[in-house]
Amino acid sequence: MANGAVTQTQHIPYLAQKGLKSWILTTDHKRIGILYLITISFFFMIAGLTALGMRYELMTPELDFFRTATEYNVAFTIHGSLMVFFFIVPGIAASFGNFLIPLMIGARDVAFPRINLLSFWIYLVGTAILLFALAQPADTGWTFYTPYSIQTGTKVIMITLGVFVLGFSSILTGMNFIVTIHKLRAPGMTWSRLPLFIWASYATAILQLLATPVVGITLLLLIAERAFDIGFFDPAKGGDPILFQNFFWFYSHPAVYIMVIPAFGIISEIIPVFARKPIFGYKAIAYSSFAIAIISFFVWLHHMFVSGISETAAAIFSFLTMLVAIPTAVKVFNWTATLYKGSIDFHSSMLYALSFIVLFTVGGLTGVYLGALAVDVHLHDTYFIVAHMHYVMIGGTVMGFFGALHFWYQKWFGKVFNELVAKAAWFLIFVGFNVTFFPQFFMGYQGMPRRYATYPEEYISYHALSTYGSWILGLGILIMTVNLLIPLWKKGRPESSNPYGSLSLEWQVPSPPPHENFDEIPTVTDWTYAYGKK
Amino acid sequence: MSTWIPESASNLAASVDNITLFVTIVSVFFFVLISAVLVGFSIKYRRKSEDQETAYITHNQVIETIWTIIPTILLMVIFAWGWIAFKELRNPPAEAIEVNVVAKQWLWEFEYFTGKKSLNELFVQQNKPVRLIMRSDDVIHSFFVPQFRVKQDILPGSYQQLWFTPTKVGTFDLLCAEYCGSGHSQMLAKVNVLSPEAFARWEKGDEFEDGAALPKISVSPAERGKDLYSQRGCLACHSLDGKEVIGPTFKNLYGKTEELADGSSVLVDENYLRESIYEPQAKMVKGYPPTMPSFKGILSEDEVTALVEYIKTLK
Repeated sequence: MANGAVTQTQHIPYLAQKGLKSWILTTDHKRIGILYLITISFFFMIAGLTALGMRYELMTPELDFFRTATEYNVAFTIHGSLMVFFFIVPGIAASFGNFLIPLMIGARDVAFPRINLLSFWIYLVGTAILLFALAQPADTGWTFYTPYSIQTGTKVIMITLGVFVLGFSSILTGMNFIVTIHKLRAPGMTWSRLPLFIWASYATAILQLLATPVVGITLLLLIAERAFDIGFFDPAKGGDPILFQNFFWFYSHPAVYIMVIPAFGIISEIIPVFARKPIFGYKAIAYSSFAIAIISFFVWLHHMFVSGISETAAAIFSFLTMLVAIPTAVKVFNWTATLYKGSIDFHSSMLYALSFIVLFTVGGLTGVYLGALAVDVHLHDTYFIVAHMHYVMIGGTVMGFFGALHFWYQKWFGKVFNELVAKAAWFLIFVGFNVTFFPQFFMGYQGMPRRYATYPEEYISYHALSTYGSWILGLGILIMTVNLLIPLWKKGRPESSNPYGSLSLEWQVPSPPPHENFDEIPTVTDWTYAYGKK
Repeated sequence: MSTWIPESASNLAASVDNITLFVTIVSVFFFVLISAVLVGFSIKYRRKSEDQETAYITHNQVIETIWTIIPTILLMVIFAWGWIAFKELRNPPAEAIEVNVVAKQWLWEFEYFTGKKSLNELFVQQNKPVRLIMRSDDVIHSFFVPQFRVKQDILPGSYQQLWFTPTKVGTFDLLCAEYCGSGHSQMLAKVNVLSPEAFARWEKGDEFEDGAALPKISVSPAERGKDLYSQRGCLACHSLDGKEVIGPTFKNLYGKTEELADGSSVLVDENYLRESIYEPQAKMVKGYPPTMPSFKGILSEDEVTALVEYIKTLK
């Protein structure tokens, strides 16, 4: 594989063309990636501010920030559904997936560039419906559990319709990536040489393709029940409320992996570059993404251990849940072992990658508590779940996302951010995140239920600490955002197209890359991770 | 009491805490191990010069096998232990005292076999197992007492059960754990665990009762069920003495396993009886004609609960 910096001089970057039309009608995967990045970041900000409002409310046991409990309930519904459906599910997969997949495999674009643009437009229609829905938001929580979601007086149909429409975007993107990875790999880019981000994207795409239709149908049934009074889920009309939960989690558990597997891919890219070491246990990491993806279809009942399911079903699903923990643990060991005898540079993206390992380990280990049946009975629907979920989603996915932003920033935007400020922001985010969520494990074990607008006096010190943490976390994210936005208005390009000495193909083209990435499709002759002295 | 774990006040709490302790030891071990290795490597192998050489290490079969097998064994132990404790949690002893629970937005109603009722306050006796037969009148709720380490979702349209033996005299918070609307965080109640003497006094008199919101009914649910049995015409088809009339006799019916028309079998429990009253043809016992009308809209949920309680007394 060609290594060494390409001259940064004579080429027309893909960003050269200006004007609205050049964006909304673009079929360039890098531009579509940017469009996704802007949209998901927008929703991340709204949902994040909502969370700060919720944390502010919870500083004291009584209702003080919001006027009514319903307002608080609406806030957590907005926070959850925006974060899950509009930020984290499409998040890394659609933004970095679009930008990186063709570059990494040595292709000029995805297999179906126009369908790719269509996916984005469908996503935008979904977000438009959602923004409309936010004028009169629902109070069901992001899980839309029946029969509450059927009986509540708030508006449920619009928000679920928005999520339903989004599903099509997800399915089309997944399909597009699968075909791209199969058909457009450069000569010599064999499956065993593929970057692990590609393996992760492939596993994610399969999940998107197979699981998303189920949530689509479920939400459609819910809409039909609310609009036309057809009794699917409400027992008063002869329906079954547990059926909804089965449908919902059949999608939403695999969806957890749609959210986190791309982050696994990112970590597997960042660590070898900054440790100058081959990734340790390449095959184990690649295959474990698939193992996780497949097993994740058969663990959904672990969200329902106290819903009255049979003992046998509970036992089978607890067992399968434990199985998921094994490939996850193996990955953590592999990433850590990659550092051994390396030459480690603590670039801001590496700091995010290393904190990913630590925080995701906490998220994974606390998942074991929840997989153990008798313990789950006590912890279910408490703040322990809230903490566990955020350690996986922020400690895992968002750390991966931030790491990716810092790592590929130069490549994607052709600008350079202030590294010192980036490190300071990382520090605030790392500390703030832990102060916010670590106390919630203890609060949960003591019995504090989730989704409580007011709460018994005894939990006040934990809640207060958690709120202070959210301010540090918020400040960190603000500084990071400003630090990444400022360079976009500055002139000039990075000095080197490959400043970190990566062997991956996307670093062998100029920053930012030209319109169709490669003048000549490269021929790959070695492994992506052939760092170090053989 | 430790500040980390809530007071342990039921027979089930200790086993939950023991598993938690085990998982915590395993977790802390692995967390410290990974963090220590990570920090250690970060310090030792930090980049000291640009041209520093690194080793080409791609994998190691032995070490990868070891670190796959060890977590697998530990996870299987945790799974098995969690399951064993879960079985205990799910299977009430036969001698458990039954209490009917109705959860609705946003309050808790309790009815005892004596006919006593209480609102937002459950009275139980120390060291006596209690079995709660719970239903919801509207959306899903969840019965959660942290000090007992028990939780069970309560659904509309069926009965869910939960049991525990309170081991400590005192008052404990009962919280609704499943989001149920604007009053969710106010859907709180108390569980009063009384000593045997105090419980006997409470059962006889009403010195502990402040339930002004509820009329005092001294008729037990089973007695009300007996009245309904004759008033609503059940007696035309279902005998009390074991004779076969048109439908199955009620004598010794509860707890029996019946063979259905399609060849499968069903255990006659609270949920089956409720379903057979509301939807008689859903699960037909073999050899009986499908003539029973549905009592949906005729018998209220409360009346069905009373009838079920009555049928359970016919031994």
